[in-house]
Amino acid sequence: MLENILGIIFSIPFAFSILRITTPILFAALAAVVADRAGVTNIGLEGIMMISALTGVIFSAWTQSAGVGLLCAMVIGMLVALMIGFFALILKTDIILAGIAVNMLGSGGTILFMYLASGDRGYSANLASKVMPSIDIPLIKDIPVLGQILSGHNVLTYVALLCVFLVWVLLYKTPLGLQIRSVGENPNAADSVGVSVNRISFIALGISGVLAGLGGAFMSMGYMSSFNTNMTAGRGFIALAAEAMGRGEPLGTFLTSLLFGFADALANNLQSLGFPAELVKMTPYVFTIVGLAVYAASTMNKAKKIRHHSKTKKAGAAQAGA
Amino acid sequence: MEDRSEVVRMKGITKVYPNGIAANQSVDFSVRKGEIHALMGENGAGKSTLMKILFGLEQPEEGEIVINGEKVVLSSPNAAIAKGIGMVHQHFMLVPSLTVAENIVLGMEPRKRGMFLDYARAVSLTEEYAERYNLQVDPHAKVMDIPVGMKQKVEILKALVRGAQILILDEPTAVLTTQETTELFRELIHFKEQGHTIIFISHKLKEIKQITDRLTIMRAGKSMGVFDTADVSEQDISRLMVGRDVVLKVEKEPPSPTDTVLSVTDVHYQNEYGKQMLGGVSFSVRKGEILGIAGVEGNGQRELVEMLFDMNQPDSGAIEVEGRPVAGKGQAYIRGLGVSHIPEDRMLYGVAAAGTIEENLIADRFQKPRFNKGPLFKMDAIHEESDRLIEDYQILCRSGGQQVKMLSGGNIQKVVVAREFSCAPKLIIADQPTRGIDVGATEFIRRKLVELSREGAAVLLVSADLNEIIELSDSLIVFYGGEIVAYFEDTSTLTDLEMGEYMLGLKRQSPEEIRRVIHA
Repeated sequence: MLENILGIIFSIPFAFSILRITTPILFAALAAVVADRAGVTNIGLEGIMMISALTGVIFSAWTQSAGVGLLCAMVIGMLVALMIGFFALILKTDIILAGIAVNMLGSGGTILFMYLASGDRGYSANLASKVMPSIDIPLIKDIPVLGQILSGHNVLTYVALLCVFLVWVLLYKTPLGLQIRSVGENPNAADSVGVSVNRISFIALGISGVLAGLGGAFMSMGYMSSFNTNMTAGRGFIALAAEAMGRGEPLGTFLTSLLFGFADALANNLQSLGFPAELVKMTPYVFTIVGLAVYAASTMNKAKKIRHHSKTKKAGAAQAGA
Repeated sequence: MEDRSEVVRMKGITKVYPNGIAANQSVDFSVRKGEIHALMGENGAGKSTLMKILFGLEQPEEGEIVINGEKVVLSSPNAAIAKGIGMVHQHFMLVPSLTVAENIVLGMEPRKRGMFLDYARAVSLTEEYAERYNLQVDPHAKVMDIPVGMKQKVEILKALVRGAQILILDEPTAVLTTQETTELFRELIHFKEQGHTIIFISHKLKEIKQITDRLTIMRAGKSMGVFDTADVSEQDISRLMVGRDVVLKVEKEPPSPTDTVLSVTDVHYQNEYGKQMLGGVSFSVRKGEILGIAGVEGNGQRELVEMLFDMNQPDSGAIEVEGRPVAGKGQAYIRGLGVSHIPEDRMLYGVAAAGTIEENLIADRFQKPRFNKGPLFKMDAIHEESDRLIEDYQILCRSGGQQVKMLSGGNIQKVVVAREFSCAPKLIIADQPTRGIDVGATEFIRRKLVELSREGAAVLLVSADLNEIIELSDSLIVFYGGEIVAYFEDTSTLTDLEMGEYMLGLKRQSPEEIRRVIHA
């Protein structure tokens, strides 16, 4: 049995599938990074992904263009995120509640709109929607093993990897990123030098919505070729865990997203080996819980060390004084 | 008469806060170009409010502001910055995880290729200003890793980079060690030589005498006048700053103290920045007496009170209640020894604002058998207790079921006092018990404190209100710089003038005189 599992894990198709499965989690996790660094917790990622997934399907079917469908998914994602901002920042509702409302809208509202658009309730079989193309990367595709793993993915998978870099550039190499980080960490300081806290929060939420929209679009226009009810299956929440474990850093979040992608891919394969489906489907979520526990323990340790450090420094200073 | 060298003139400034407190009443204030001007006054005298108005953080009800001869309306800090005014806040406005250079350029970031942050330029800008003004900082260090003194330099640089010609420093030395203070003063004199104007908020006489050219003294929201620093003695300043407008009288019998309840022995404490806040404090409080602690805020009183309730622990020394040490024992244990506490911040430590009056009143006693029946509360007994306390302590409310936050400040304080006084305390620690509350509630609480002490409780009273501390205390100690500098066994002949000189560090008694406060 163990041999079978190892055989799967070290196979080329498995490695390929990790990247594929990681893609939507990575988009959503990067969305969480941008919002969270500005101090606004976007818990509505799951709902935004659902809404964008459906939007992509409907608009690509109407226009018969995958590109337009993708663009509409991104715009809708941004608008829904800005709506969370409107409720939380202008009307002063709790941002968690606003996010939960969006999630419920995402799971219920998409069914209604799919029914209106296609007449179906389960999945969008009647809509002739488009998918984003897969691409082979020149040179890399010819490398043995590695080429088979890295090449031939959906274009959005490459966009997701590129976004890791872009989000890092945004946060650390641009004035906007500097302002996002200050607003998230000490809004008073930002305010005192004339940085509008609300404006920056809205911009961060907007970017977050676009990224989550890309994740949703990938679900229905890449990962699958149609829209299913509840097709995101908690990926928006797993992404929040990935962001927390990645400490809000783009690269760290990429690595934790890969970990969740691995768990998800493993779950898919274990099922084919005859493990009970119910048990196997728990795998990614068990990973989430274990991951969060490890993360919490490590931050607590770190805090303890800092406290210890300042105490010994204090003792040292006292001695120097005496 | 128009003074041509005047850079700031504030005329007839009146500011009344929504809670009715008039922080500034028709205040005139002016500063000349290139001077270091001290703004002095006790806590609550209105100096911070006046400066917040000058920096655009508050809007006055009346009055006008003239900067460089031009009448201006300062509606926001940005408007003030545009007029060349910079402020260094007492609580730093810095982002800890950003570097020094990033903090300095925040909101005015240099760019390269249109959209990228030009970090190298941010660093060179920081270095350029650091060099010009002789403020040594490490542009690449993260703010969370640098000492307090350097954080303050970063704040000053932030203001200078934004073109501040007039620099307001709000109690800049409060967080600094002696060496850092000396360094800051050298820097301030350097700014002055470069033509900058500095407004220096402080209540430390020695510092003021040392570096300022002129000073304005405020008391109770009014200006007491402008003086050339060289022309006024420290005694004059003390008299103008500290003083009672109305002398209050509290009727009380002479105390007859017996056994020691609280004894504090040689307590030392350094705060997290390495600044010594308590340097060998020893005193005791006996049954049946009220011992007052007077002093300007920030001289170690808060740290001491926190230790009495184990919210903080001394680096060395002992604190005992009836011979039992309290450090590390937790609040429940200390309350069990018969200690009660009226905290300085009643909304944070005194009440649960969203809870009902009743819930707050029984917060220290709900576990007692008489309020419980198995897993359930005996609501009848609780209602009875709460109604009795509401009546005894004259808490104005509709019923015990009303939320505490709906009450006035005075009535909220009465809820705290009712709970803390009705548990048969052996020792009462009253920290600013009447701050910011109405006259009626104030009088009621003072009368109760005297009553309990005469019935045998030991009372430690900490108050910044001179009237209160002199009239209510039987004897009194003065804190200055984390040490006890005076002990007055009998307060009945004490004058505010005399107190002021000790509070501001002009005088101190001999160790022998101070030692009398320890009743072994």
